[in-house]
Amino acid sequence: MEEFQIFITLMDATFRVATPLILAAMAGMFSERSGVVDIGLEGKMLGAAFAAATIASISGSAWVGLGAGIITSFSLSMLHAYACVTHKGNQVVSGMAINIMVAGLAPTLAFAWFRMGGQTPALKGDERFQSLTLPFADAVRDIPVIGYTYAELISGHNIIVYMAAASVPISAWVLFRTRFGLRVRAVGENPHAVDTAGISVNAIRYQALAVTGLLCGIGGSYLSTAHGAAFIRDMTAGKGYLALAALIFGKWKPLPTLLACLLFAFTDAVQVRLQGVDLPIVGVIPVQFIQALPYVLTVLLLAGFVGKANPPKAIGEPYIKER
Amino acid sequence: MTTESPALELRRVNKWFGPVHANKDISLSVNRGTIHGIIGENGAGKSTLMSIVYGFYQADEGEILINGQTCHIDNPQASIEAGIGMVHQHFMLVDTFTVLENIILGVEGGARLGEGLAKARLELARLEKEYSLEVDVDALVGDLPVGLRQRVEILKALYRGAEILILDEPTGVLTPQEADHLFRILNTLRDQGKTVILITHKLREIMAITDNVSVMRRGEMVAHVGTNETSREHLAELMVGRSVLLQVEKSEAQPGNALMNVVGINFIDADGVKRLKDINLEIKAGEILGIAGVSGNGQSELLEILGGTVTPTSGSILYKGEDITKSDKFNARDLRKIGLGHVPEDRHRAGLVLPFTAHENTILGYHDAAEYNRGTTLDKAAMIETCESHIEKFDIRPPNPNLKASGFSGGNQQKLVLAREMEQNPDVLLVGQPTRGVDIGAIEFIHKQLIQMRDAGKAILMVSVEIEEVMSLSDRIAVMFDGFIVGELDAKDATETKLGLMMAGIQDDADPSSAKNKEVAE
Repeated sequence: MEEFQIFITLMDATFRVATPLILAAMAGMFSERSGVVDIGLEGKMLGAAFAAATIASISGSAWVGLGAGIITSFSLSMLHAYACVTHKGNQVVSGMAINIMVAGLAPTLAFAWFRMGGQTPALKGDERFQSLTLPFADAVRDIPVIGYTYAELISGHNIIVYMAAASVPISAWVLFRTRFGLRVRAVGENPHAVDTAGISVNAIRYQALAVTGLLCGIGGSYLSTAHGAAFIRDMTAGKGYLALAALIFGKWKPLPTLLACLLFAFTDAVQVRLQGVDLPIVGVIPVQFIQALPYVLTVLLLAGFVGKANPPKAIGEPYIKER
Repeated sequence: MTTESPALELRRVNKWFGPVHANKDISLSVNRGTIHGIIGENGAGKSTLMSIVYGFYQADEGEILINGQTCHIDNPQASIEAGIGMVHQHFMLVDTFTVLENIILGVEGGARLGEGLAKARLELARLEKEYSLEVDVDALVGDLPVGLRQRVEILKALYRGAEILILDEPTGVLTPQEADHLFRILNTLRDQGKTVILITHKLREIMAITDNVSVMRRGEMVAHVGTNETSREHLAELMVGRSVLLQVEKSEAQPGNALMNVVGINFIDADGVKRLKDINLEIKAGEILGIAGVSGNGQSELLEILGGTVTPTSGSILYKGEDITKSDKFNARDLRKIGLGHVPEDRHRAGLVLPFTAHENTILGYHDAAEYNRGTTLDKAAMIETCESHIEKFDIRPPNPNLKASGFSGGNQQKLVLAREMEQNPDVLLVGQPTRGVDIGAIEFIHKQLIQMRDAGKAILMVSVEIEEVMSLSDRIAVMFDGFIVGELDAKDATETKLGLMMAGIQDDADPSSAKNKEVAE
């Protein structure tokens, strides 16, 4: 039973870590499926994390903070669209520019406003998203396995974790069962086909990037107002890139991408538990090596085990009408 | 003439692209229920004109009338609503979608797909029956052969309620049999009252299927004639502006020794697909060996292997008895040194460096020859001199050795490459698609040059997807299908039907399939 409890604790941590990855990966899926590379997931999340923490601290409401996070991420996404769709700029350069800009701007503003060394004030009470206890969680806790899993693993997360969980089937449904999804996928594969069908390629890409901004904003807000309790410099710590890796590893499909996110999050959870543990033969591994584990895994997976990924065919290419 | 207003009428349409006057005062009238051909050389402005009708571009001046009504078509949506459907030269399909999804794209009939898909399925079943356009609507478009993809494009237009169907160079990728099938479909469409506009540069198609034909030359409409009142020769003359020789004039070949032997070549590509299967060929002096086949059946790979840019999985290539298969010792540059010229199939990807000037392109592959080098620097004067001699001999226009390769038209780019390879006077010349995208006048010239080389006792291997070209130029024809050489025959015995069947992998008699049988026996 003790192993089971450890497993549940690990999975619980996995869910918490996976939440921003899943939201960012789903965000990236809309952008990339429409043919726009989004390396700026990182910057959008960081921007959202900063805005959410700042506004939550000022307004006293986590929900208002979330709104600010979404607006910030959305604006950055539209900036990306303006550069890459309207003006046909290089998508990687635009994405990197957003990352660098936010990485510098957020701590600078935080310092100017709060004088706390580039952080925002710690959030308390309603300024943060609190854990929710699902109905009957306490009542069924004592039922072995099922009840315990429900109470400890399924229940007891904050609202954004459940939003992330819901984002996967909803994204899948939108992408594969709606007119908007069909057009997004078409525009990422063959924008000429969309144009000749009488649909504006640019409009579809703007709409897809709007969805990206929304989802990324939720993911970023989670970091500072739900998972953490303040904005800290560089708090995304590469999660945007990790989400992008999960998206590629998941071959731009919702379910495999979700699994990739969970895998990355799981190694992160394991990594925390492994710190300082005396392993047979090797002994105690220096903590830096263990912390590098998720990233090493990312490199290995992307380098060797993905197999042939079929990215959207028109990805990275601005749409220009041919003569 | 009937009193009924024409299905489509253009009045004095003008279009400029910067300083280029692409369409000059074009007027055109297409009657309902007819097949109307628009013929002209590449760059004559046919595609631009039709793109204006389809709302892809807007005319700078002029009027478009549909059924007698003036229409403002400023985007494809407006054109679709006006009942115009277009089948583009490069199919506008999403490979990863099913046929059904491709067809409803843009006319989904609601925010959720389910209902629209179900409705489209029924409607398509009706259309398929009405016009005998059978296709599996649940198949992925990427898995379909080109002939069927084209059918999907036609269905797509009909599903949108097209009354006027424009086809831009529809037969470029089809076998003759597939083309005939397409023509039958177009006839059915006409009989059902649809109007068909066929854009092409192939005279055969115009003569075979159209009711009327309009000829364009250099952005102008030069003639409107009834098809039965004209002839191929007359149309060719109208297109080019002077009389052209359609048939290649050549004497009987005098084949000599085999200069190049291809022995048991197999090739498996990076995706693990077997592209070439036990290829054996002999390329003889004083003979043109034509390789026919629908594109994508291994010809490109074969040419790359012979040209020394790709290593075959097994087998070898002998040149005058010496093994020259690409290896550590032999590569494309060594082959050029020992007298093997190679005109690659794709001049943009492999034949030229487009941002380089004409004179720089003139010495590519021969750039280390002493005559172009002075110590460590290139001898620009020598390069320009060579380039100028090529320009003169091959009539390359504009005659400017300092113009970037990208600034020449397709035909002149091709002449740059041909001149470079032919003027080195190689003993064996490998030519891929010698006249792809080349104008009728220049085709005549290129064909003459190739025949001259042959008559000088050189060996030529030519890969072409143009069946007419293979038939008129070759002395011997090998047909490729699915990586096999499915048959070899004397050009004198070749008919279009015979070649077409072989290109489609259908054997009417067993004997040419030696390669295939051998593999079965093994």
